[in-house]
Amino acid sequence: MKKIFSRPESLTAKRNIYCSGCGHGIVHRLIAEVIDELGIREKTIGVAPVGCAVFAYDYWNFDVTEAAHGRPPAVATGIKRVLPDRVVFTYQGDGDLAAIGTAETVHAANRGENITIIFVNNGVYGMTGGQMAPTTLIAQKTTTTPLGRDPKIAGYPIKISEALGQLEGSVYIERVTVNSPKNTIKAKRAIKKAFQNQIQNKGFSLVEVLSMCPIAWGVNPVEALKWIEQKMIPVFPLGVIKDKDLTAKGNL
Amino acid sequence: MGKIIINIEQCKGCKLCVIFCPKQLIKLSEKLNPAGYHPAEFIDNGQCNSCGLCYQMCPDVAIEVWKGEKR
Ligand SMILES: Cc1ncc(C[n+]2csc(CCOP(=O)(O)OP(=O)(O)O)c2C)c(N)n1
Ligand code: SF4
Ligand code: SF4
Ligand code: SF4
Ligand SMILES: [Mg+2]
Repeated sequence: MKKIFSRPESLTAKRNIYCSGCGHGIVHRLIAEVIDELGIREKTIGVAPVGCAVFAYDYWNFDVTEAAHGRPPAVATGIKRVLPDRVVFTYQGDGDLAAIGTAETVHAANRGENITIIFVNNGVYGMTGGQMAPTTLIAQKTTTTPLGRDPKIAGYPIKISEALGQLEGSVYIERVTVNSPKNTIKAKRAIKKAFQNQIQNKGFSLVEVLSMCPIAWGVNPVEALKWIEQKMIPVFPLGVIKDKDLTAKGNL
Repeated sequence: MGKIIINIEQCKGCKLCVIFCPKQLIKLSEKLNPAGYHPAEFIDNGQCNSCGLCYQMCPDVAIEVWKGEKR
């Protein structure tokens, strides 16, 4: 018999501390597989966020640094500019990227930094106990919106990927999810492209991944898959938001 | 014919592999693992086609998929 699927080399053997059914573990694996397939493990530098994925450096088997909450794009900018031959990516939650780190995100995109961002949108601040994030859905109950998010006082779910797509500096932005094997395989393709773009010096690439947080959503892991399908995707539609490769060919 | 090997120490009993196995070859064990989860268990009846759908969904990367030689 031959082993055909197993832990990629770019993941350590360490057991992750995520809740049962958490999407972070799947996204970590996809990134690790892409790095193995591109043969860049020895020259990749990841920038981990503050959030549930704060210990990502324990799970990835390549160089990973930590940034203050929301600041990974600024840290990645510095690393990439000093070490342009390395492949530099950030891994950020929605609180990290679209709340406290909005300025860093917008300006890294606008400067067209040649970095890759993997943006894990689970619609809440998972780590701190499931508070509302800017991405929280209307009427979604969280610990800080116990009656459901009311747009009159708390605004609307932010579509930061679409907003970043409006900036001249961004090159590739796609939204994917990991709520089924089919979608997970598609997500991997997008992540691979976002890394390849950097290797080919194309510039700022971001993949938003709609990811399960069964704990903060108050559902079980199987129900969390349906939650993405029924509640998140209608607000955060999947697909390519921007791809300068396609616009150049007149296909988008 | 294929098989899977589940790392029961890392499994957190989320059932995502269970619901996506097209051959219904995975169930949760009655036993508990050291972390207190009912880990997934492979029902080895020769039906596994090594499709890897269980592997694709496992948030804990606790599944290895093996494929038999072509007969
Ligand atoms: C400067 C600063 N402000 C606030 C916090 C508290 N804090 C830690 S994680 C977090 C939100 C994380 O949410 P997200 O980025 O969506 O990640 P998730 O845990 O959902 O994956 C906050 C507000 C902090 N650690 N540092
Ligand atoms: S709180 Fe949510 S995001 Fe954090 S580990 Fe648990 S399921 Fe994952
Ligand atoms: S490889 Fe496919 S058939 Fe075999 S256990 Fe996994 S999901 Fe089931
Ligand atoms: S998907 Fe992984 S963690 Fe979840 S029950 Fe199956 S083997 Fe266990
Ligand atoms: Mg979050």
